[in-house]
Amino acid sequence: MRLATAANEVYKASLAVSELLGCKQCGGGRGQDEELGIRIPRTLGHGPSRFIPEKEILQVGSEDTQMHALFADSFAALGRLDNITLVMVFHPQYLESFLKTQHYLLQMDGPLPLHFRHYIGIMAAARHQCSYLVNLHVNDFLHVGGDPKWLNGLENAPQKLQNLGELNKVLAHRPWLITKEHIEGLLKAEEHSWSLAELVHAVVLLTHYHSLASFTFGCGISPEIHCDGGHTFRPPSVSNYCICDITNGNHSVDEMQVNSAGNVSVSDSFFEVEALMEKMRQLQECRDEEEASQEEMASRFEIEKRESMFVFSSDDEEVTPARDVSRHFEDTSYGYKDFSRHGMHVPTFRVQDYCWEDHGYSLVNRLYPDVGQLIDEKFHIAYNLTYNTMAMHKDVDTSMLRRAIWNYIHCMFGIRYDDYDYGEINQLLDRSFKVYIKTVVCTPEKVTKRMYDSFWRQFKHSEKVHVNLLLIEARMQAELLYALRAITRYMT
Amino acid sequence: MEKMSRVTTALGGSALTGRTMHCHLDAPANAISVCRDAAQVVVAGRSIFKIYAIEEEQFVEKLNLRVGRKPSLNLSCADVVWHQMDENLLATAATNGVVVTWNLGRPSRNKQDQLFTEHKRTVNKVCFHPTEAHVLLSGSQDGFMKCFDLRRKDSVSTFSGQSESVRDVQFSIRDYFTFASTFENGNVQLWDIRRPDRCERMFTAHNGPVFCCDWHPEDRGWLATGGRDKMVKVWDMTTHRAKEVHCVQTIASVARVKWRPECRHHLATCSMMVDHNIYVWDVRRPFVPAAMFEEHRDVTTGIAWRHPHDSSFLLSGSKDSTLCQHLFRDASQPVERANPEGLCYGLFGDLAFAAKESLVATESGRKPYAGDRRHPIFFKRKLDPAEPFAGLASSALSIFEMEPGSGSMSWFVDTAERYALAGRPLAELCDHNAKVARELGRNQVAQTWTMLRIIYCSPGLVPTTNLNHSMGKGSSCGLPLMNSFNLKDMAPGLGSETRLDRSKGDTRSDTVLLDSSATLITNEDNEETEGSDVPADYLLGDVEGEEDELYLLDPEHAHSEEPEYVLPQEAFPLRHEIVDTPPGPEHLQDKADSPHVSGSEADAASLAPVDSSFSLISVSHALYDSRLPPDFFSALVCDMLRFYAEQGDVQMAVSVLIVLGERVRKDIDEQTQEHWYTSYIDLLQRFCLWNVSNQVVKLSTSRAVSCLNQASTTLHVNCSHCKRPMSSRGWVCDRCHRCASMCAVCHHVVKGLFVWCQGCSHGGHLQHIMKWLEGSSHCPAGCGHLCEYS
Repeated sequence: MRLATAANEVYKASLAVSELLGCKQCGGGRGQDEELGIRIPRTLGHGPSRFIPEKEILQVGSEDTQMHALFADSFAALGRLDNITLVMVFHPQYLESFLKTQHYLLQMDGPLPLHFRHYIGIMAAARHQCSYLVNLHVNDFLHVGGDPKWLNGLENAPQKLQNLGELNKVLAHRPWLITKEHIEGLLKAEEHSWSLAELVHAVVLLTHYHSLASFTFGCGISPEIHCDGGHTFRPPSVSNYCICDITNGNHSVDEMQVNSAGNVSVSDSFFEVEALMEKMRQLQECRDEEEASQEEMASRFEIEKRESMFVFSSDDEEVTPARDVSRHFEDTSYGYKDFSRHGMHVPTFRVQDYCWEDHGYSLVNRLYPDVGQLIDEKFHIAYNLTYNTMAMHKDVDTSMLRRAIWNYIHCMFGIRYDDYDYGEINQLLDRSFKVYIKTVVCTPEKVTKRMYDSFWRQFKHSEKVHVNLLLIEARMQAELLYALRAITRYMT
Repeated sequence: MEKMSRVTTALGGSALTGRTMHCHLDAPANAISVCRDAAQVVVAGRSIFKIYAIEEEQFVEKLNLRVGRKPSLNLSCADVVWHQMDENLLATAATNGVVVTWNLGRPSRNKQDQLFTEHKRTVNKVCFHPTEAHVLLSGSQDGFMKCFDLRRKDSVSTFSGQSESVRDVQFSIRDYFTFASTFENGNVQLWDIRRPDRCERMFTAHNGPVFCCDWHPEDRGWLATGGRDKMVKVWDMTTHRAKEVHCVQTIASVARVKWRPECRHHLATCSMMVDHNIYVWDVRRPFVPAAMFEEHRDVTTGIAWRHPHDSSFLLSGSKDSTLCQHLFRDASQPVERANPEGLCYGLFGDLAFAAKESLVATESGRKPYAGDRRHPIFFKRKLDPAEPFAGLASSALSIFEMEPGSGSMSWFVDTAERYALAGRPLAELCDHNAKVARELGRNQVAQTWTMLRIIYCSPGLVPTTNLNHSMGKGSSCGLPLMNSFNLKDMAPGLGSETRLDRSKGDTRSDTVLLDSSATLITNEDNEETEGSDVPADYLLGDVEGEEDELYLLDPEHAHSEEPEYVLPQEAFPLRHEIVDTPPGPEHLQDKADSPHVSGSEADAASLAPVDSSFSLISVSHALYDSRLPPDFFSALVCDMLRFYAEQGDVQMAVSVLIVLGERVRKDIDEQTQEHWYTSYIDLLQRFCLWNVSNQVVKLSTSRAVSCLNQASTTLHVNCSHCKRPMSSRGWVCDRCHRCASMCAVCHHVVKGLFVWCQGCSHGGHLQHIMKWLEGSSHCPAGCGHLCEYS
């Protein structure tokens, strides 16, 4: 039932190494556990995220009242306080909206039965081999009374869900290929057909979990303690070493690494921030002066679109999906393909012709009431969230930078804003950042700690999480736009 | 476009003529605007920018303003407007944030005049000043509005809405300096063109973006706004605070709104998504559009009235790449299609009936139903007769009260509560239900249950007399012919078959006369036969000591509490079996009294399975042979269920369906079953029989039904300390920050099932309380109360 993951192996390896470290602290209390014969699981990870040192992350118990309320909300809704929540709480305003939406999608009134919702979540997360989310939802799925047989693979699920597999696949990797035929195929499948409301619910769930998988990998979320890979029963007494020391040890190692890396490049990265701010300032001022021609603007978009495909990490080694996770989806080879490759020509999606605010919202809210509103709020918060800070600088207007990130992601999906100069992206986003964005959005399973560390070195972790929020919301909106446009076309 | 009409309107010398027509454009339109002379229209879109002349029969392309080799984003228009003073002047708003003006008077092919590239984001709207020749206003996604003087190179003033984006800007037609702007966050602002620093007034008009607004052409203070929240609101701006005077609820988000010229209360709307029609509303009648244009196949993006003083021509452009001229005369009027009569039952059986006044007036001489016990009350409402739709709006409402008692549905409630549907062997269930039905005086139903028991349970177990009896009764449950066959079989050597035949013949002749008044005669006849005829007596004697029950054979007629399905008697082909049974005197009474056919009488009357005679013979055989698979009857049982359902007794149909389960389910199609279930559940819920309805939902096998009790399963709780609702979670109160539900045994917070004593209101974990009360009878909280756990 539990799913083993490839990532486990990494943990075990790290455990073995850290076992060499000594422990002098928690000798007591151990005997009691043994007496009772209860095996107490211990966390294996190093806090909620593998990328962010534990001490950077807010400790449960030290939160302020607003955060406390949020934690309580999250706990009430899910019966747990998961690592995603613990990382997202860097941005409580967003977290609140996120949790509200997720709660509504999974637990409140909706056209789909509860176990279907979790199963769709599993399907979506499995597309990105996100064992973290798969494990969580396997538990939830069984908890709401889902049939364990379904978990043996999509072919064991009802035909209706199997039909959704194709949409899931296209939506996750190449949403621009969605046509109204896809929609028609789902809606007109005799006794296995979906209703429009169910389909919209499913689409929202799929996009939600695709982007959440991006977040999980983008922030290196650690497995939950109750899931595989999140704990060990290895009694700490065996070699007199203790987990708390292991994490401590790791901490110091982390810090050392960070410091050494920081020392080398501290001046570099300082200038990085300065340079970025300077560029923003220039763009702000020069915008009126240099007037790019129309053709120029159009070609800039095309260039950016084309270039985005070369932006891939060099260590592009093939990650074979863990077998257990892969059984939830078919066609493992299907991945993100840049549309400009293979001479495939896909017309550019113009946001002025079909945008979330005007069209997408109306459609979702019509077919799945209230959800349009919730998602709309979430997009708004993610897009407008700012503390007017950049690394060590305060009172900075970051709207230009945020817009560049947002539009860059949409650009990767072929969505174009007529009123945006795509030259700005090149100015503001450097290569390592682009690599990170591209990997998180398109192939999240390939994100490494090195990628996370190598962009924006002087920025705070909370700012990097902020970037991740932008990434996942922009991705979700892009996928939704394509799917909803196809539904609209089907309806007209 | 089946009916085309030509309209000529005289407008101060010039005349507008035309018909409903459309022309194909090369690309989807985003906006249209009409020239002052009402003879030309400009269409703008992402890849189209053309001027068409409106001729009598067709649109003629006059000018293509998209010139140049390469398509430019400056020509990708989000909006277009034609100056109402100068017929050579146009302005467009481009999706890349550029505002372009065009001068048709230019001699060259390129008519582009000026280019303002001040906005950073898409410009959503441009608007010319209604009287000033050189003033242009624009509103953009970047949240700014800019006012341009066309004699200068850049904007004169910039207005900041302090918000994300401006969706619409409109100069007031009457107030020279005022303009209104609408925003994505739901606000509407009023500005004075001379004061760019701050807005004069701001109010929240809609929930979500306000896509459009339009000033009333005559009424100075009225502003109509339309938003994503599917509403059109009309605001009175003359008062100190903007007051909402009218509100129209549409079915989709409102993309454009335009007041209809010369009609004070009319406005046209089109929607952003899903709905492709254009509606003209009378704002005083917000529920039904006054007119509807259905020509477009995709969303309508631009609408314009052709002439500011002509109310019959509407032009529209759409995403389906067509330009249309709609004639008001050709519009479909949903009002006409609407059912002018409304009928509704009240909770206590009262009936309200509304109809067009004229309709009621013609029939006022006749009482609609004999059942009304009170004179109907009439409410009349008249609208201003000057208004075009006033005639339709006057209606009469009458209310009929039920006679106390006659509408009582207590039998339904009792039956629902007492029926056993599951959890026991089939035979017991049937017996139980039969007993319940009999106690409630519903003998036909009781009979049916007994029948079912016989069919589906081993016949050997049934005592013979009982069997006979049951069969005899069975006839009344709607298998009319069985009676006679059965009798023949049961009473061999009776030697009175001729007698029987005779009496049958008698009754048949009676049947011809049968109607409510004739019943009396028939009954009397029957009484005679009963008195004089030996066979009848003999028959009764055959089933000894059961006279009372045999009595039940005629069932149905006797019970006036039966639901009054007000159905005209003539609708049913009455059968002789009705009178084949000896009626009781009180029954006679009832019959004479009631002008209605009771539902159950109708039951007996209308049941006429064509093949029944065949199967009935078989039935009697079967009983002798004692062996026939229950499957054999399933067609019959299904017919019976359908019959009950058709008679409105869906309770019976569903109960039998549940009790018999697999035995009959496969023979009735899913949809019918689902329909029965939902109707029954609906009925149960109207009677607040929540438990029963839930049981039915649970026992149903139809997927659509059984998922009913999985929706809306939220339970709202209040905090036990501060009595406020606990919004977010069930055990911690947001306000007093205390845990509301502590277990009295383990003193921990209860997060799952919480059980509490209704006497002392202490409680806790279900397990803990159960355990505690096994050992002690006092409350675990120590309050001294003797708690009981059941």
